[in-house]
Amino acid sequence: MYINFFINISYLIGSLAFVWGLRLLSSPDSARKGNLIAAAGMGVAILASMLDPAYKIGPNNYGWIISGIATGGLIGGVWSRRVQMTSMPQMVSILNGFGGACAVVLGGIELVHMYEGVRPYGSTEILILVFAILIGGIAFTGSFWAWFKLEGWINDTVLVIPKVHHIFNLSLLVAILALGGVLYLQGATSATWVAIVMIGLSLYYGISFVAPIGGADMPVVISLLNSFSGLSAATAGMIYNNQFMLVGGILVGASGTILTLLMCNAMNRSLLNVLVGGFGGSSAVAAGGVKGDQSIREVSLNDAAIMMYYSNSVMIVPGYGLAVAQAQKTCKEVDDILSKNGVEVSYAIHPVAGRMPGHMNVLLAEADVPYPKLLDLDDANNALPNADVVIIVGANDVVNPAAETDPGSPIYGMPVLQVWKGKQVIVMKRSMRSGYAGIENPLFFYPNSRMLFGDAKETLANLASELKQLG
Amino acid sequence: METAIQFFNENILFIYLLIFTIILGFEVISKVPTVLHTPLMSGANAISGVVILGAILLIRQSQADDYLSLSVGFIGVVLGMLNAMGGFMVTDRMLEMFKKKKK
Repeated sequence: MYINFFINISYLIGSLAFVWGLRLLSSPDSARKGNLIAAAGMGVAILASMLDPAYKIGPNNYGWIISGIATGGLIGGVWSRRVQMTSMPQMVSILNGFGGACAVVLGGIELVHMYEGVRPYGSTEILILVFAILIGGIAFTGSFWAWFKLEGWINDTVLVIPKVHHIFNLSLLVAILALGGVLYLQGATSATWVAIVMIGLSLYYGISFVAPIGGADMPVVISLLNSFSGLSAATAGMIYNNQFMLVGGILVGASGTILTLLMCNAMNRSLLNVLVGGFGGSSAVAAGGVKGDQSIREVSLNDAAIMMYYSNSVMIVPGYGLAVAQAQKTCKEVDDILSKNGVEVSYAIHPVAGRMPGHMNVLLAEADVPYPKLLDLDDANNALPNADVVIIVGANDVVNPAAETDPGSPIYGMPVLQVWKGKQVIVMKRSMRSGYAGIENPLFFYPNSRMLFGDAKETLANLASELKQLG
Repeated sequence: METAIQFFNENILFIYLLIFTIILGFEVISKVPTVLHTPLMSGANAISGVVILGAILLIRQSQADDYLSLSVGFIGVVLGMLNAMGGFMVTDRMLEMFKKKKK
């Protein structure tokens, strides 16, 4: 009796720790504590699940559990120490995939148990298994596909069936649900192939679901898959009748859903529009290039340095190019030299800059940029008209004026940073190639824009040494 | 229809839990500022490692010679632990960088 009480109290404490931890995550000052509290809650719950007498049927098999925990903990620990901050989106998608995969293997083995008649299964329980496999499968293979896209190993056309892809996906989903229906109705008497095909199709559906979504939309996809991996954990909790798993999973599901909607709002598009894809695909090409013989103007490093050094305020707009070049620390160096000379330096962060929500904030935090210097979209747009020099480091689509001026543009209507309102704009770019979404950017041809070609890190380092000579 | 009503009546507490957790989740998380979206995501991601509990319970319910269930459970524990440990530790690493800025 006492042991049951302790187990239940532990689960309760664990659940509260999750809620409290997430609550503390809402402020930079308390966030670290919040994360530790959530981790502690997880630890308490893992211990409770190992001691819970309700599940003691056989010999407990602690050896298997502990070696699994040690293996996963060790790999996870080493990996999290070594991963580059620029690769955070990849890491989060892989971890998402693991969570989903775990739900799939659990659902799968319980189906095996159902066929073997190890335990009696009611039809509601079978339905739960089907959902755990479906949602977990999407989170598992979808996350891995998203990871391949983030790494640039595959593009947005791989495995996409032209024109009928969405009908294909829909029929895939219908087929999975139909097979699930057979399992629901016939239970252990259904043919084994029904379960096998259902699992196989669920896994393929995850890939097929992510395949047509544009690479530029990966922040949305990762948030969405995050919510799926939470929901799969929650359904797995229903399999084992464990409320703690349910609470944890639902909290993750809610957080993923909110972030997904925030990302969609930031791009002024509906979730459906993102999922259907096309952004960065064929429709972008139709937008066409810039007409006429407009020309760009380049600026020399020396001139750029002088412009920045003798200004009152500089606004830095970082994008994924900064992350790719690992230039966050060099960027901070430039910031330091300018600040020392009394130039007011701030950063304009677009909500979808980078490859996951808040990615730029993390990179700049890594380089020791104080977070009050980071302005969000609205604050940045208020401050931009007063900025003497706006310097764009590897961002493109989020500063594209076509979003406001060209109704034919695929990104028309997306809120962007109005960098062109700054007095001088310096665009740091590797080449004239268009951004991730494949859309031409008229900003480069504006009269107050100057181009500074080169790798972001190298250019910033050269800029820093030019600035030092001025000082 | 009747089975649905029966299900509802039998699981009413469970349905309460579900609804209140969803509302609580939305309330707690909608206050997180943009700056912290990446740590929030990786922290939440770590929490989805709760699925490890299912794998632990699976192993504990298995017979000592049921190697299929035990191996699957082992894989589940490894995957879940990777998700939880990797997620919490990398979140901590990120948040440590945010914290330094206070001086």
